[in-house]
Amino acid sequence: MGARLKFSIETARRYPLSFVLKVLVVGSALLTLGALFFLLAYIIVNGVPHLKPSLFAWKYNTKNVSLVPALLNTLIIVGIPLIVTVPLGVFSAIYLCEYAKKGSKVVEVVRITAETLSGIPSIVYGLFGLLFFVIYLRWGYSILAGSMTLSIMILPLIMRTAEEALLSIPTSLREASFALGAGKLRTVFRIVLPAAIPGILSGVILGIGRIVGETAALIYTAGTVPRIPGSVFSSGRTLAIHLYTLSSEGFHTNEAFATAVVLLIIVLLINALSAGLARRLGGGN
Amino acid sequence: MDKMMVKNLDLYYGDFQALDDVNLAIPENQITAFIGPSGCGKSTMIKTLNRMNDLIEGCKIEGEVLLDGKSIQELDVNTLRKRVGMVFQKPNPFPMSVYDNIAYGPRTHGVRSKAKLDDIVEKSLMDAAIWDELKDRLKKSALGLSGGQQQRICIARALAIQPEVLLMDEPTSALDPISTAKIEELVSTLKKEYTIVIVTHNMQQAVRISDQTAFFLHGQIVEHGTTAQFFSIPQDKRTEDYITGRFG
Repeated sequence: MGARLKFSIETARRYPLSFVLKVLVVGSALLTLGALFFLLAYIIVNGVPHLKPSLFAWKYNTKNVSLVPALLNTLIIVGIPLIVTVPLGVFSAIYLCEYAKKGSKVVEVVRITAETLSGIPSIVYGLFGLLFFVIYLRWGYSILAGSMTLSIMILPLIMRTAEEALLSIPTSLREASFALGAGKLRTVFRIVLPAAIPGILSGVILGIGRIVGETAALIYTAGTVPRIPGSVFSSGRTLAIHLYTLSSEGFHTNEAFATAVVLLIIVLLINALSAGLARRLGGGN
Repeated sequence: MDKMMVKNLDLYYGDFQALDDVNLAIPENQITAFIGPSGCGKSTMIKTLNRMNDLIEGCKIEGEVLLDGKSIQELDVNTLRKRVGMVFQKPNPFPMSVYDNIAYGPRTHGVRSKAKLDDIVEKSLMDAAIWDELKDRLKKSALGLSGGQQQRICIARALAIQPEVLLMDEPTSALDPISTAKIEELVSTLKKEYTIVIVTHNMQQAVRISDQTAFFLHGQIVEHGTTAQFFSIPQDKRTEDYITGRFG
């Protein structure tokens, strides 16, 4: 250790600029990690002591502030948009990369639209959902209205990442398939799409992340009722909204932290699951 | 007996004429080599033989290519490519197991039976001289193999659909000398069963393995004939300059 330290002091004297750069690079990495760990530690320290069995009661009341209904709603509100957007997004991406003419106007327009849509603040989606799904279609504040709003919100994301994933598949694989006498359909679905699955899944993970963390778009569409939903037309709050209401009401800050711990664990679980899935599907064996 | 015939072929990429009035006969069960400097049209020519140029936008072809006396334009393109297989410059195995790589072609053409697929995989890998190296690793990903092994996988994959003609577009240019030697040896044995067209950058390779040689320059065939004659008594001054290394 001593020898190494001496050595690095010597190098620092000889190359001062690269020493400064090294300090900056290592410092930035530590700072970033530090911020992340501080945040995690803060939530865990404040949340874990308040994880009580009553938080996991089947029924919510103002005394136990149970998070179970919100947890169920979260799972449903993650599930429906994925069922809607993954096929739609992936098929659009397939059309754009494999079937549409290169440099065609349609592709350009769709691409610009998707990019614009992903830059819109989520509250705007919420307002649209309120006006269209909740009021115009008379779905009321409901899980369905919330899910459809989120579907519109994450569709561009899923489509763009799927498109990138498909574009990254080398043309040589397509050529190899065509040269064996395979048609376009077979080439796309047997060769290109399987090879692109890890990339597509990373888009799905990002989408899940956006849904789990979303509040603004849901307050106006899915509402904030803390009950186990009877159907997709019931109103229901997700964990993120549950957190928001608990802390903004101000009576249950401790429980809000405990809920945050649960939300963190769920996000970590989803990420681990998706990463594992990507490895299995994309490994080639 | 000529397996394929090229008659008065012109090919344009947009405004650029890549092939100019090419006439060529490709004899059955022989190895025909296309040589010439970069950009001379030899790769474009070989891709015309199984209509891979159809995939390129703005590519226009005039003239005729015949397979067993019938125009390839009249054949269904997938049937044509089943009869005229291709191996590419860079090894391009699919990101799946060795077995699935080889079985992809036969499955495409309707072979479903497991026993039959097993037979085809074994025979193709044997024909590509790689069975002994890989017979215990059939379920492993083809991407984990060396470049030379990957290229032989690609040859086996092309052989698995039992083509009549095998097109090889600089198949050894991305490989080391030992792998190259193995593939050259393999190509020489394959001509008993297949008609082979090979594009090569390497004149020594053409001398070593081919029976016929065609020399391309600026999209035209300058000269073609039997390899022995081509390299010993070239008829054209440009051929002589090229094979003696004065340009190219």
